[in-house]
Amino acid sequence: MSATATHDLHDDHGPEKGWRRWVYSTNHKDIGTMYLIFALAMLFVGGAMSFVIRAELFQPGLQFVRPDFFNQMITMHALIMVFGMIMPAFAGFANWMIPLMIGAPDMALPRLNNWSFWLLPFAGVLLLSTLFMDGGAPASGWTLYPPLSLQTGNGFPFAMFSIHLLGLSSIMASINIIVTILNLRAPGMTLMQMPMFVWTWLITAYLLIAVMPVLAGGVTMLITDQFFGTTFFNAAGGGDPVLFQHIFWFFGHPEVYIIILPAFGIISHVIPAFSRKPLFGHDAMVYAIAGIAFLSFIVWAHHMFTVGMPLAGQLFFMMSTMLIAIPTAVKVFNWTATMWRGSISFETPMLFAVAFLFLFTIGGFSGLMVAIVPADFQYHDSYFVVAHFHYVLVPGALFGAFCGAYYWLPKWTGHMYDERLGKIHFWLSAIFVNLTFFPQHFLGLAGMPRRIPDYSTQFADFNMLSSIGAFGFGLSQLLFVYVIIKCVRGGEKATAEVWDNPPGLEWTVPSPAPHHTFEDPPIMR
Amino acid sequence: MIRFLIPIAASLLAVSTAQADWALNMPVGVTDLSAETYDLHMMVLGVCTLAGAATFAVMIYSLVNFRKSQGAEPATWSHDTKAEIIWTIIPTLIMIALVIPAAQTLVKIEDTRNTEMTIMITGYQWKWHYEYIGANYSFYSSLAQSSNEARRLGADIDVYAVENYLLDVDRHLVVPADTKIRYLITSNDVLHAWWVPAIAIKKDAIPGYVNEGWFKVNEPGIYRGQCAELCGKDHGFMPIVLEVLPKEDFVAWISARRDGKAVATSGPTATKTAG
Repeated sequence: MSATATHDLHDDHGPEKGWRRWVYSTNHKDIGTMYLIFALAMLFVGGAMSFVIRAELFQPGLQFVRPDFFNQMITMHALIMVFGMIMPAFAGFANWMIPLMIGAPDMALPRLNNWSFWLLPFAGVLLLSTLFMDGGAPASGWTLYPPLSLQTGNGFPFAMFSIHLLGLSSIMASINIIVTILNLRAPGMTLMQMPMFVWTWLITAYLLIAVMPVLAGGVTMLITDQFFGTTFFNAAGGGDPVLFQHIFWFFGHPEVYIIILPAFGIISHVIPAFSRKPLFGHDAMVYAIAGIAFLSFIVWAHHMFTVGMPLAGQLFFMMSTMLIAIPTAVKVFNWTATMWRGSISFETPMLFAVAFLFLFTIGGFSGLMVAIVPADFQYHDSYFVVAHFHYVLVPGALFGAFCGAYYWLPKWTGHMYDERLGKIHFWLSAIFVNLTFFPQHFLGLAGMPRRIPDYSTQFADFNMLSSIGAFGFGLSQLLFVYVIIKCVRGGEKATAEVWDNPPGLEWTVPSPAPHHTFEDPPIMR
Repeated sequence: MIRFLIPIAASLLAVSTAQADWALNMPVGVTDLSAETYDLHMMVLGVCTLAGAATFAVMIYSLVNFRKSQGAEPATWSHDTKAEIIWTIIPTLIMIALVIPAAQTLVKIEDTRNTEMTIMITGYQWKWHYEYIGANYSFYSSLAQSSNEARRLGADIDVYAVENYLLDVDRHLVVPADTKIRYLITSNDVLHAWWVPAIAIKKDAIPGYVNEGWFKVNEPGIYRGQCAELCGKDHGFMPIVLEVLPKEDFVAWISARRDGKAVATSGPTATKTAG
């Protein structure tokens, strides 16, 4: 009873009215909601760019855009999807769920939290504004390799500054998450008792703090090379273009795990919930994540096998990369073992989790293939690689986000979403994502390089299939938006537990979760 | 939809006959190392397929047999040390088995000793430059005129009517068969990458660096490739054509050009050298 009284007391000075509620917000739930809405909006911005790409690649010959604009599209599509969509999406989940999962009243640093979020829309607008500048947006691929990236027009400093802001936002969000997890856990909750999503985000946050400054350093050196006469990456001045690649991928490979680990966390909640059985090997899962995180720092040059590394370097990075397959395999086996002798039902979150399990594994296998250096000389920078990383990012990370959204939507809104529409959204997404990306394996093996606006006629058939899949996948996401809006507006009332007695503190608070929760910490047994 | 599905089904049924269109797999190529690379690719693909089939089979079995709607009662265990040790060791052994042959092939690829001739490749935005070291002969190789006209935005040319659309150049890189050829590669501006799938070679062209490698083609023929590292707006329009001549034909070809001699005889590419 006392808990209810406390809630009532605080609702008196509860959320502000109107725009102040959002702009001045220090509430983890409101900030989490803003992160998620921002990410969803960026999904469509980045998706619109992929429509341009796939429309141009629908058939051979140039039909719609000039090659330089095509290159701007592939660059912006990647930057928006990575920094504007998937990372904010998981930051939104972190904001909403970590305090609820560890029994904390809010994030530890609420004002920092506000700033972390509000940097994003400005950084995003800054990045997108380069499209309208003289010389256009960056067109060097999201990897920004010099010397090509230094040929960008007036948009260059704006794009670089935007990356700085996005990195700053990520670092501050990470500091907040680490401080929250280490200090605000409910009394009695040990680190090893923490839910998997909290664990994955704790490790992700450390990865972010470790690598985002490295990217910032690389980007700053690009800026000084461009404007202040340094020659870090200019061979004519004693610099080294390959140095940038080392810097970029020292950031870039952990970044891959920054994107996928929170999805691992979500899947580790959903599979047990709908198998009605505890997560298999919780501790082994934690060690596997930690192992993956450690290895992610010593594999970066597998993105650079063709730059002409010494034999010993190639062997080292091949072997360290293959080591990652071991903890990843352990995770997949543990998820499978969680389902084994469970009592499984197939609500929409579980459908996405199962699809994740199958399709992420396919992406993992193609990842193992590209680790084999001699074979990578064929796969590298071909559509095979495009297929590989889209398999881990779309039916991997993005399906993880969809899975989490359906799983916790009733907790957030207090209403059940439309299960029938959710399932339709799942099936459309699952079919079209494979239609889009599976044929790209064949294109790459047949010799189609990536990042080309036009191609020889022998690649026409699979490209057309892939484009049809991409259009279908993109349009299917409109249904997702409709399901969310419908769920926010109304629907069957959700209970506190929502599902069939899932484990976790987040299910002990009412649905929708009140504006303030756990002001008195829950007692852990 | 059916229009698209039929060719897929057809090509799946007849992988061996699948030609350029609907090609599903990596080419075996025309060098010993490209064949070894192909074997490595097939080995790791096979391992992945088997491991995937086994894992997916267990997943599908679980999803079918442990359904709540079938009255499945959930077990309560969540731990089995023996199983976890086993499924950590098995992938470890598989990785070791994969890495050994890959390392052996890699050592051969990096062995640039005893080469018989050297070609210098330089990447430019957006063409290739080839120099026959020692023969004092060099030339630029750009996208063929027919492709260049057809690839313009709004060009009213059927690209299917253009022979080797986007994969043809004005001057071929001509090399002898059965010869261990060393290539040196660099760039004059931004990064490029020289990729010819048939010889399983992809190497970055980097300003300030000279990378090297080698190939030895067994069969005379014409092999096509493309730039594989994004290098600006015409990255997609700087193909590579490698023309492999029988040794004696190559000797005739190069001696007609050595030291900047005027092209006297009509070699295989002489008609295309105008411009």
